[in-house]
Amino acid sequence: MGESIYRSHVLICGGTGCVSSGCKEAQDALVKELKKHDLATEVKLVETGCHGFCEKGPIMIFYPEGVFYCQVTPEDMEELVEEHILKGRIVQRLLYKEPTTKENIPSYKEIDFYKKQQRLSLANCGHIDAESIDEYIAEGGYEALGKALTEMTPQEVIEEVKESGLRGRGGGGFPTGLKWQFAHDTEGDKKYIICNADEGDPGAFMDRSLLEGDPHAIIEGMAIGAYAIGADEGYVYVRAEYPLAIKRLQNAIDQAKEYGLLGDNLFGSDFSFKLQIKAGAGAFVCGEETALMASIEGKRGMPRPRPPFPAQKGLWGKPSNINNVESLANIPLIIREGASRFNSVGTEGSKGTKVFALTGKINNTGLAEVPMGITMREIIYDIGGGISGGKEFKAVQIGGPSGGCLPENLLDLPVDYDSLIEAGAMMGSGGLVVMDEETCMVDVARFFLNFTKSESCGKCTPCREGTKRMLEILNRITSGEGRDGDIEQLERLAENIKSTSLCGLGQTAPNPVLSTLKYFRHEYEAHIHEQKCPAGACDDLLNGYVVDEDACIGCTLCAKACPVDAIEGAPKQAHIIDLDECISCGACEPKCPVDAISQA
Amino acid sequence: MDTITLTIDGQQVEVEQGATLLEAARELGIEIPTLCYHPSLSLHGSCRVCVVEDAKSGRLLASCVAPVNDGMEIVTNSSKARIARRTNVELLLANHPNDCLGCDRNGTCELQDITHDLGITRIDFEGEVRDLPVDDVGPSLKREPNKCILCGRCVRVCEEVQGVSALEFTQRGFESIVTTGFDLPQSEVNCANCGQCATVCPTAAITENRCREKVWNVLDDDSKHVIVQTAPSIQSTMGEEFGMEPGTVVTGKLAAALRRLGFDKVFSTDFAADLTIMEEGNEFIQRFKGKKKLPHITSCCPGWVKFCEHNYHDLIENLSSAKSPMSMFSSISKTYYAKKMGIDAEDVYTVAIMPCTAKKFEMNREELQEGGLETDAVLTTRELARMIKEMGIEFSTLEDEEYDSILGTSTGAATIFGTTGGVTEAALRTVKEELTGESLDRLGLGFDGIQEASLEIGDQTVNVVIANGLANAAKILDEVRAGESKYDFIEVMACPKGCVGGGGQPLPTNDEIKKKRAQGLRNIDESGKVRKSHKNPEIKKLYDDFLGEPLSGESHHLLHTRYKKRDKN
Amino acid sequence: MKSLEELKKLREKAQKELQARKTENKAKVTVGMGTCGIAAGARALLKELMAEINRRNLDVIITQTGCIGMCEKEPLIDVELPGEDRITYGNLKAEDIVKIVVEHIVNGNIVEDLAIARADKE
Repeated sequence: MGESIYRSHVLICGGTGCVSSGCKEAQDALVKELKKHDLATEVKLVETGCHGFCEKGPIMIFYPEGVFYCQVTPEDMEELVEEHILKGRIVQRLLYKEPTTKENIPSYKEIDFYKKQQRLSLANCGHIDAESIDEYIAEGGYEALGKALTEMTPQEVIEEVKESGLRGRGGGGFPTGLKWQFAHDTEGDKKYIICNADEGDPGAFMDRSLLEGDPHAIIEGMAIGAYAIGADEGYVYVRAEYPLAIKRLQNAIDQAKEYGLLGDNLFGSDFSFKLQIKAGAGAFVCGEETALMASIEGKRGMPRPRPPFPAQKGLWGKPSNINNVESLANIPLIIREGASRFNSVGTEGSKGTKVFALTGKINNTGLAEVPMGITMREIIYDIGGGISGGKEFKAVQIGGPSGGCLPENLLDLPVDYDSLIEAGAMMGSGGLVVMDEETCMVDVARFFLNFTKSESCGKCTPCREGTKRMLEILNRITSGEGRDGDIEQLERLAENIKSTSLCGLGQTAPNPVLSTLKYFRHEYEAHIHEQKCPAGACDDLLNGYVVDEDACIGCTLCAKACPVDAIEGAPKQAHIIDLDECISCGACEPKCPVDAISQA
Repeated sequence: MDTITLTIDGQQVEVEQGATLLEAARELGIEIPTLCYHPSLSLHGSCRVCVVEDAKSGRLLASCVAPVNDGMEIVTNSSKARIARRTNVELLLANHPNDCLGCDRNGTCELQDITHDLGITRIDFEGEVRDLPVDDVGPSLKREPNKCILCGRCVRVCEEVQGVSALEFTQRGFESIVTTGFDLPQSEVNCANCGQCATVCPTAAITENRCREKVWNVLDDDSKHVIVQTAPSIQSTMGEEFGMEPGTVVTGKLAAALRRLGFDKVFSTDFAADLTIMEEGNEFIQRFKGKKKLPHITSCCPGWVKFCEHNYHDLIENLSSAKSPMSMFSSISKTYYAKKMGIDAEDVYTVAIMPCTAKKFEMNREELQEGGLETDAVLTTRELARMIKEMGIEFSTLEDEEYDSILGTSTGAATIFGTTGGVTEAALRTVKEELTGESLDRLGLGFDGIQEASLEIGDQTVNVVIANGLANAAKILDEVRAGESKYDFIEVMACPKGCVGGGGQPLPTNDEIKKKRAQGLRNIDESGKVRKSHKNPEIKKLYDDFLGEPLSGESHHLLHTRYKKRDKN
Repeated sequence: MKSLEELKKLREKAQKELQARKTENKAKVTVGMGTCGIAAGARALLKELMAEINRRNLDVIITQTGCIGMCEKEPLIDVELPGEDRITYGNLKAEDIVKIVVEHIVNGNIVEDLAIARADKE
């Protein structure tokens, strides 16, 4: 620890998102500028984990003012130092601009994206140096572990977690306290606790952000869990595609060992805990508990039937408990501040907060931690800033590839485990993909099914063979070769895969198809029976555009917009599109002031 | 043990806690179709054909893996369960070649049976069908991945029962296949060629590599003197191919059928088994007297020998150098027999009927190809049955006939070579009598995977152990390697229960069937007058007229072989 | 780590490092750093201020601002205690800093002879 304080801290996001948008270069430039102005002793640079607002990266926050600068470049650093740090003047052009009001927002606390969030598990992410155990401790880190070990019995820890109402954040939603209870109650001289960081849903990166931004919280959560169930050894199973997360976590493990927060007789108790990282090769199915354990054991990552459950017979045949990263990140808070701190947030059946990864056709993409029970509308419009490009909302896919697509009339659905299941989606790990009017729902279903088909481990018949057949049908439909009976065939296969697959991957794989069939069946029918893609997204179904001659006012705007001169007609006369020339680009359609142009 | 009471199809049943729904249903005599399930292997739960409905929750459960719970109400044939079962079978069929008529397993294929039983006449699904090359370059086994339904039985038997792990799932999803490491031909990996994979495969994805054509051709070739030898175990297994009870002794019918197929002489490998006992028994006596290393390990099983060469080559010196009965037979047929018959050795063509796929590999070993002493063709029990059927022979009604002399004369000791423990018992009958003049009647062995026995010979104790199944053998060999073994004599048979459980035996098979086959062989032994190899008159004559003494120079030249280190891959 | 006490000590030490990021309920000193301020010696003043704060181990926000239009009174600093009025001190020399820190920030008494303006609390 340095002896003198700094008057200013500059927090630079060093998450994977910002690394790829160039934070390292910006940081180097900043260091140079500070040196040039002899400010190195006054201003401290802190490399943090992800702020969740990757869309706007690289992100820097200047303290003590708390000014949020986004999309900064190395060239901006001179101005930031001379203006902000030396003269105390905010550099307006680098502030975040609210997409609706176009207003510059200097403080991140005032940005809509953050305003409606409630950051419990992400509290430290982006606000502490992810590679400093001291900063974690300064924010109350390891107090929960100390409290658990010195003041609580394992059963009391479990009761507190049960009381908190925390449910598994990886997708299943199984009550964490109950899971711990099972593992605790199983007799065994050796037990394991495992952190499932095999994040695989397309677009989801909350686990990565937690590992990169607050790795000690995961370590602390695991140590508390180990104490509760009677384990003395833990594994973090993390995908090898997350090198930064692995590096930061390893650094954190080393620091914790050095501080005596991992190892033997922690806090003077007889509890000992050692922890190691196991890098997985990135198979989606390894997120499934039994496949994950097989993978740690060095075997092919294939699920096996349950029971026996991991709590009975887990890693190396020993009782084991597996929790998701986000679930574990909530544990220190629950133990440190009590179950009520957590269960005062959320709904009856779903307590606390959930981190969602917002992506798709939305203005503010990124990570948002919201209280359970918030509506989809609030997430998409208030936090997400609405649909990008001024388009209309069509659907939101929630719960990753195994989730479902929900239509506009469900926007006011409260987001909690049970409501989502009822609506045909699921919480999943918290992926949230927003789609606008130009998204074809059959194509969306096809996209997700292609993912699950490719990630199927191939063990059980319905998932291995069935997803392939479903994909073939969807390919057929989106390429204009759909037939009568295809929808029924899809339904039969979907029902079968759902009800007879061995593991959760298969059991949920048909959800995107089932939910789009439920809410957007007409799009399937249009593809099959009318050879049309209502969203205009399926290339093979685009047959050019036509002008309604009665409605056309002859304004010539469409003809001017056409890149291939396929539209003819004199001013004030009805125009005609030559379908032989038309390339179905759709450029004419939005130009027409009287909506006279439509797909052929 | 606590018991659980549940209802299946309206009938109450009480079973032990931890039992599966499938076991409980079978207790009641309710059949549920299965594919990936195999009673000798670990539970896999992958084919999803055995699904049944839990009436309370409406959920479908895979009965082979779902444990029973108190108060469960299970319906095995609800329409939901039937539709799901059917859909899963249809999905398998949609990715399976539609060539039943010409398929090796036509009639013994479990997928075919289930398709028939479920009344599937049309497959609703269509699309891409797997198109992968056949691996038939090895002498023993042929793999046809297109016929594989990925039930994983071969993978499990290879790992769990044989400890070989030559097969594994690779790729993912629809591209999944079962193959060898690095997708090499099976002949280039650590496969023991035991063919247990072929016996558990529900379809024809793994079968023996056939050589029937070769044999038909030579039978038509008048310039060749074609003789046949039948392995001991065939006598109690061949009947199954013709609808007889497992274990039925068909020695006489076998001789009659072979004669009708056109073999010039019908002999038995049993003759050579007696010869093996003479050589190997004396070899053991030498080791036991301290002239060579103990323990003595048998080497008549070619699957075991290859396994040993891959994994325990440091123990090769302990392997008996005696050739297997099949190879001894062939050597004698091309020397002593040819001379005696006045036939040019080059014209003698020796066909072996074996319960075994690894014998096809043994035949091709370079050490055994030397000197024109080799076996010319190996047919499995199943292949011979095909040929008999092809000839239109009504096997079950054939009048019994005798085997030919001189290579068809054998003892009960030779016959029990076909079951686990048989070689040991046969050897010790001769060894004890040679050393002490006292007679040994029986060792009293059962059928377990590992069995021990001790025998007083004079003032010394001989400790023997018998392992069948290579994973069991590995346990014993690990002890030897670690210097913790007390055994003097170790018998290893690669296949569970010995040759009666061989990879070339009739299908289907299970432990019960194998036991009945073994019992059939023991019955032959019990009923025989001559039960000791050294009492076989033709063997005595062979030594007197031709070989001299056991382990003599000529014996060594003709009847012994050597082994080599192979990669562990 | 042997006890919660040990952790607590570690925590207190670590928290000092994070002071600059905690802005609620803390004394705030704003240094005028416009061109005029810098020309009048604001940099030296800032350095002295930081040194003094460090010496006394105080938890104070130090921030800066541009020209506020009273260039002839530069260098200027504002001191704002939580819940109290903002006091502006002007025409400062480096040696005045100690007095302001001790009197105003530590003891809560405005240094009247250096103060040039008072603004109502925000």
